[in-house]
Amino acid sequence: MNAVEIRGLSHRYGTGPTALTVLHDLDLVIPAGEIVLLTGPSGSGKTTLLTLIGALRAVQAGSCRVLGTELAKADERTRVALRRRIGFIFQHHNLLGFLTARENVAMALELDPDLDEKERLARAEAMLHAVGLADKVDAYPAMLSGGQRQRVAIARALVHEPGLILADEPTAALDSKTGHETMALLQKLAKERGRTVFIVTHDPRIHDIADRIVAMEDGQLVQPATH
Amino acid sequence: MNELAPLTRVYPVLATAPPQQSVRPPRTAGFRLPFRLAWRQLRHEPARLAAALSGVVFATLLIFMQIGFKNALFDSAVLVQNSLRADLFLMHRTTEALWRSASFPRARLAQALALPEVERVTPLYVANLPWKNPETGLNRTLLLFGVDPTARLLGFHGLDDAAWDAITRPDTILFDERGKPEFGPIRSLLAQGSFFGELNRKRVEVVGTFGLGATFSSESNAIASETTFWRIASGRNPAQVDVGAIMLKPGADVAAAKRALQALLPDDVIVFSRPELAQFERNYWAKVAPIGFIFGLGVAIGLVVGCVIVYQILFSDISRHLGEYATLKAMGYTNGYLARVVMSAALVLAVLGFIPGLVLSLGLYEIASAKIFIPLHMTIPRALFVFALIFAMCVVSGLIAIRKLRDADPADMFR
Repeated sequence: MNAVEIRGLSHRYGTGPTALTVLHDLDLVIPAGEIVLLTGPSGSGKTTLLTLIGALRAVQAGSCRVLGTELAKADERTRVALRRRIGFIFQHHNLLGFLTARENVAMALELDPDLDEKERLARAEAMLHAVGLADKVDAYPAMLSGGQRQRVAIARALVHEPGLILADEPTAALDSKTGHETMALLQKLAKERGRTVFIVTHDPRIHDIADRIVAMEDGQLVQPATH
Repeated sequence: MNELAPLTRVYPVLATAPPQQSVRPPRTAGFRLPFRLAWRQLRHEPARLAAALSGVVFATLLIFMQIGFKNALFDSAVLVQNSLRADLFLMHRTTEALWRSASFPRARLAQALALPEVERVTPLYVANLPWKNPETGLNRTLLLFGVDPTARLLGFHGLDDAAWDAITRPDTILFDERGKPEFGPIRSLLAQGSFFGELNRKRVEVVGTFGLGATFSSESNAIASETTFWRIASGRNPAQVDVGAIMLKPGADVAAAKRALQALLPDDVIVFSRPELAQFERNYWAKVAPIGFIFGLGVAIGLVVGCVIVYQILFSDISRHLGEYATLKAMGYTNGYLARVVMSAALVLAVLGFIPGLVLSLGLYEIASAKIFIPLHMTIPRALFVFALIFAMCVVSGLIAIRKLRDADPADMFR
């Protein structure tokens, strides 16, 4: 079973002679449970690919099948439904400043009408324990360090047991040691739970957490830089 | 681990697609969770919440005062009309309001007697005349009623038989003890017995009081017999009356008598029933005089100011948290859910701003009643009406602010 199956995916911004094609007839498969890292220079189209997989943009041409849902010609409703089954980790933590760590993590569960408040908070708290923030459950993001905030973000991305976790430059706002620790934690938790992870990054220091590295250049997948 | 895949392209290996997983369509959550999210957001910044609430409080206060004054105006304007003890009334066709009535021939009243249902008729004279404050010597205009004391036409508070009997003597008047204090300490002067004063530069004896109070058309009032009235209001022709009061026989059909009278009498006079007389006076203040419009404008301005303040707060809240809203959208929250968050914030502002606004308005109503002698009453329908206005104001502000949510594009969160 593949978490992501992309065939012949192309994407362009704008129309007419000024249109900029950022993805050229791309093929990519990510089997379930794999941690895949996407590298490449800025402007190579990797963020566009991420937003297409994350159902944040409409697919223009080709096929993009994520967690069994075909995103080509998918309407907004289908995309919103799919996004609920994906965990997002952003470049900046993007936690809600007016909510505590536990409440932030529970936000990922509030879309599930089958859960009650007690269950949501219990699961959020358990997830915060798992990322090593047992003593910070009631802290607001402003009271946490950058690494702690990103760990709350990881807890939020994992707590609703998503089929796929998408991360965009998750270490960009962290120093190298914290960045690596945080990604190692993500790797450990993902492997324990059998989650699929797709990370877009510039950061060569976190290559070791990946099962596989894919490189991108000018809208096409290429052989990754040697290590 | 650490397995690198040296692939030029990653080719799909699966020939058959995995079975389509059933995708649960986004279910519409209720209002509880969005409301809680909005409340948590508002609560997190108490200073901003206070600023937003002060705007709503201000709008509430402004609207309550405008509506209070407007209704006090209307209530006081028909105080006299509602106290008249008669079934039908005659007024000149060109009369716009009681205090500026055009007089008509007294003969019309005699003609009305021809109708079998009519038991008796009595005229009412009114005049705006200067009263000299016995203490300060300053002149101030009051409204003098001239009426037959035996007719018992006026039903003002405190008008008992003794008071009516007292003004049967010539050159005596009854004074309004609820009038403005600028007319002098009438009550304490009367405590030592009747006293003499000057009305329209004529010497009169004040022999008693009644309670009517200042209205928007007169600051105080006085009552005299017809003969005293003609002497004080010099130049008034006794044959010209301002209002004709008609008492019908018990059990008479008021509406039928009204139609019969209107047919019987020349059309220089109009026949009114008592509710019609009150409504006529009300209409004058609401339409002919610009006062109704002015107070309506005051309410509208209060609403617009409140709208702008609430919109500013909601809009800036969305703008400052655009990243958070986009994050929630990326996580699968729908536009509708986030719109409900904004509307919940508007609701919280409406309720939390209305309550102190109501309390402050009650205080100001008390002050207005005590200091400027215009009774303002808070009623439950009025409070509900103002709350409805404030709520609508917050909803409109919220609906305008929601448009900003479209700027929260989750795809922008990846750069």
